[in-house]
Amino acid sequence: MTTLTCKEIVELVTAYLEGDLDDQTTESFEEHLAVCPGCETYVEQFRITIARLGEVPLESLSDDAQTNLLDTFRNLPR
Amino acid sequence: MTGLAIATREDLSPRTMTRAIRHRYPRPVSVPMSDDVLVAGLRARDEDVFTHLLTNWSRSMLRLARSFVSTEASAEEVVQDTWVAVIQGIDRFEGRSSLRTWVYRILVNTARKRGVKEHRSVPWSSLSPIDDDRGPTVDPAAFRGADDQYPGGWKAFPGEWASTESSVLASEVRTTVKAALDLLPERQRIVITLRDVLGHTSDEVCEMLDISTANQRVLLHRARAAVRARLADYLADPPPSGRGVLGEVG
Repeated sequence: MTTLTCKEIVELVTAYLEGDLDDQTTESFEEHLAVCPGCETYVEQFRITIARLGEVPLESLSDDAQTNLLDTFRNLPR
Repeated sequence: MTGLAIATREDLSPRTMTRAIRHRYPRPVSVPMSDDVLVAGLRARDEDVFTHLLTNWSRSMLRLARSFVSTEASAEEVVQDTWVAVIQGIDRFEGRSSLRTWVYRILVNTARKRGVKEHRSVPWSSLSPIDDDRGPTVDPAAFRGADDQYPGGWKAFPGEWASTESSVLASEVRTTVKAALDLLPERQRIVITLRDVLGHTSDEVCEMLDISTANQRVLLHRARAAVRARLADYLADPPPSGRGVLGEVG
């Protein structure tokens, strides 16, 4: 069983969340998290960051642009 | 043609959106029009189909375009040019990828050409990580040295974050996240936008950008770490600069 340091853990968070770590590393990762409040916090903050990124507001195409595109669509030769 | 459509944020109602976000990735609620229907509609110049696509896809496309070019106006032109290219080229679509991926690949090409013109983009090859993307994502000074009792352990644990439930903080958080995205190097911004802002899978993003899974992950991880660090500046309690207590790591 290899042990991981906090310094190593912070570089593996995305690979862990993606399920890209091999079984042994996943186990080491989870064992570290179970005993290290600092890394537990770090990973939780990573999850929060990802959730907040998913809430970035999206803007709509302007009405003018949509009208232009519909015109273009109607008039393009097949 | 698979006929499978990729559902993203825009295919969801606002109410389901909230639930989807809580589960980290948007999930389809009602099955959107299949690729077969969409492609046939575009080929037949069916206005309803095109209107449906314009309404449902353009917002995500604008956000993606905005990660390549510096103004909203440029992003809008990129999206318009992309749609024109899609209509003109729809007969060449062979269904080897989903329609969404195909359209996004056209958008990426269009946006990069414009980004290069605006001196914001660098040439194609650099969508892969460079040396700058490969170093530590957390300041090595945050960890104990090799001769410490706990080498590689935190000197001080990351500060707990204030809850972002309150509306004032929530709006500041949104602003911070958007500003953090703007500050990222382009290749990182594009990947994190596709993955975390728009909710695409790793496989989709690799196909859209022609990069490997490993390279995609390097860019995504670095980008997430940078955005987390910006959020920490706002939300950590006590703020990072005011922290002096050493955390114990077992």
